[in-house]
Amino acid sequence: MLDYAWIIAFIPAVSFVAILLLGRKFPRHGSEIGIAAVGASFVLACVAVVQWINRVENATGASAFKALGKGFVAKAGEHEAVVKPVVHSVTWWQSGGLKFGAGTQIDGLAVVLLFVVTLVSLLVHVYSTAYMHGDRRYTYFYAALSLFTASMLLLVIADNTLQLLVGWELVGLCSFMLIGHWWEEGANSNAALKAFFTTRTGDVGLMIGVIVTFFAAGQTFNIVSINEAALAGKGGHALWLGGAVCLLVGIIGKSGQFPLHTWLPDAMAGPTPVSALIHAATMVVAGVYLGARVYGVFWQGFSIDAGGVNAMALIGGVTIIIGALLAFVQDDIKKVLAYSTISQLGYMVMGLGVGAWTAAVFHLFTHAFFKALLFLGAGSISHSGSHHSFDMKRDMGGLRKYMPITFTTFMIGSAALAGLPPFAGFFSKDEIIATAGHFGYDAFLYIGLAGAFLTAAYMTRAIYYTFFGEFRGHGQPHESPPAITGPLVVLAAFSVFAGWLNATVVHVEKFQQWFEPRFAFPTQVIHPSFRFGEGAIAVIVALAGVGVAYAYYWRGVGHGVTERNPLARLGYRFLLNKYYLDDLYERVIVAGIKGPIARAAYWTNQNLIDAVINGVGKGTRAVGQFTYDVIDQRVVDGAVNGIAEASGETGGLLRYMQSGRVQWYAAILFFAVAVLSLALIVFS
Amino acid sequence: MQINQFLILSAFLFCTGIYGVLARRNGVLVLMSVELMLNAVNINLVAFAAFNHSVSGQVFALFVITIAAAEVGVGLAIVLLIYRNLRSPDLDHVDQLKG
Repeated sequence: MLDYAWIIAFIPAVSFVAILLLGRKFPRHGSEIGIAAVGASFVLACVAVVQWINRVENATGASAFKALGKGFVAKAGEHEAVVKPVVHSVTWWQSGGLKFGAGTQIDGLAVVLLFVVTLVSLLVHVYSTAYMHGDRRYTYFYAALSLFTASMLLLVIADNTLQLLVGWELVGLCSFMLIGHWWEEGANSNAALKAFFTTRTGDVGLMIGVIVTFFAAGQTFNIVSINEAALAGKGGHALWLGGAVCLLVGIIGKSGQFPLHTWLPDAMAGPTPVSALIHAATMVVAGVYLGARVYGVFWQGFSIDAGGVNAMALIGGVTIIIGALLAFVQDDIKKVLAYSTISQLGYMVMGLGVGAWTAAVFHLFTHAFFKALLFLGAGSISHSGSHHSFDMKRDMGGLRKYMPITFTTFMIGSAALAGLPPFAGFFSKDEIIATAGHFGYDAFLYIGLAGAFLTAAYMTRAIYYTFFGEFRGHGQPHESPPAITGPLVVLAAFSVFAGWLNATVVHVEKFQQWFEPRFAFPTQVIHPSFRFGEGAIAVIVALAGVGVAYAYYWRGVGHGVTERNPLARLGYRFLLNKYYLDDLYERVIVAGIKGPIARAAYWTNQNLIDAVINGVGKGTRAVGQFTYDVIDQRVVDGAVNGIAEASGETGGLLRYMQSGRVQWYAAILFFAVAVLSLALIVFS
Repeated sequence: MQINQFLILSAFLFCTGIYGVLARRNGVLVLMSVELMLNAVNINLVAFAAFNHSVSGQVFALFVITIAAAEVGVGLAIVLLIYRNLRSPDLDHVDQLKG
């Protein structure tokens, strides 16, 4: 399967076409095609994961049992064995000696993403059969989901940055299509447009970054070559710094990092399964994936091993805090989760920035499960509990009695998100924080801890509003059907157990051993061993967050502080207006472009460009007239008419041959015989 | 005896036959003209056979006579059908082959 990984991406692509063309004729309107296709992809992805693990185990000579229970130091020797990624490439097109390939590069990172994407996509497909039941564009929805899955897998298996860019844009398109799924409401289509344009802003950086790395690595798009060239420092440090900054802009756009994060909360206008799949588990982590993919570029460009502060870690750190703070002032449960996603993506980007590659990818892995779980849980609440509303304050409350499965799984997801042991988020988040401390990024250690405190607090707030107190909505809430609770339970299981794949506290480091690259990868990456002191601090900080929120919401300690204290009120308003970033973008930047700049552009357009264009137009017209009169009418038409007339006259002559009179045919026959006899006599 | 005399007679008969096939309108007369042409061929065959002291030409002539008899049977049946369909044996009316 490692050699034929393209099949995994190809199956959903086929399913997309099949659903689009035939979906409506099927008894379940195409959803069965989508589920079957993604299910097949999931099985193949699992095969790929197992094969990759075997490949690593065989290369390092350590069986799964031997490695268990050994410490990090004991395994140091094994890490020297090089496991190259499985790369296959075909020439897609060629231009002036430059070959543009399409291919697959399967290594640990790719198989992790293959597994996550296909699993979450499969669960979302199943979930949507109930959630989207009776939707007016049900078939179309499944077609778009299939296309998204195919595009995301194409991005994941890409062996060159160009193919990655293609997948990147395709998932952006699918995101646009699915956010605007209910486009009849203006707000939804505006949100779709905002998401598309904001990420496109970042994509400009990505494209420049791809071009820069293309030339910096000696005219190749190949990811392995780029990483090798970057780590060797080919062409000078400044070049790689430029490339890394441009790529970082792409990450900022796609992964909702400050200051381009504003599209992600608005993207919640889409159906909830879409939010879970695209805006929590897969598409938004494409940026993090890119960072992990061409890590050599960032390592070299930002001199990550030097410690201190760099742009990547800074962006991630800022995003953690601003995302988490904004989650406190949201009434919409999906927006709480959206800001939480922004904040967690901040952890991943910060993790990459401080050299915690494995921890960042591990956090990507665990976050996909618990954040998808939380989103699907929110969807379950709106589907069966609150009459399609997401407003926690008006339509929810007290739901733990009515929706036991949703409540339990949501609690597990929240605990994982808040980083409470033994749930998944604890291990991955703690490793990012610990690595920040070990690499000399002390500031980011504290930012990470502060983020953990805020995360625990805002999730406690959301749980309070949703599940506790009295039910404030109308109607009779009830538990969701099995198609909805089933995926919740599966994801809850992963949220509990996925973290143990790399539980440094008990020296289990399978994730790192199996999935960290050993080839074209910075060798200085370190993996700090677990320290009980740090782990305890992280847990205490998280518990403190829960405690403070509990005191505020349940016990009413400090209620009304925003009314009494002007400073607190100011902060609250500041948060409520989302740091005025949207105002900055819409009123200042967009209005600026629309206003004077647009007018200046219009003037230039009318008076300068149009003059040129009109001149060219007139010239073209004159040439066209000449061509019409002389060449077209006389030469071409003359030739055509002449041929037609000649054919007509020949036909007129031949008409007499076909009189239908038998004797005339006989006469022709005899004449021909006579001529042939004559020929026989003359020539023999 | 010279062979030319037979050949001239045969050619005369053949030309008469051609004329009859092309110029006559009545289907029956056309058939008779065809018979004339076949007999012209017979004369040629027998003449050459005698001239070359071989019987094979005469055997061919016998075959031709047999086939001519069959052909007249079929031909007369066709003419009869034409007459029934068109109420006339006139071959100028038989122009359904016109494309």
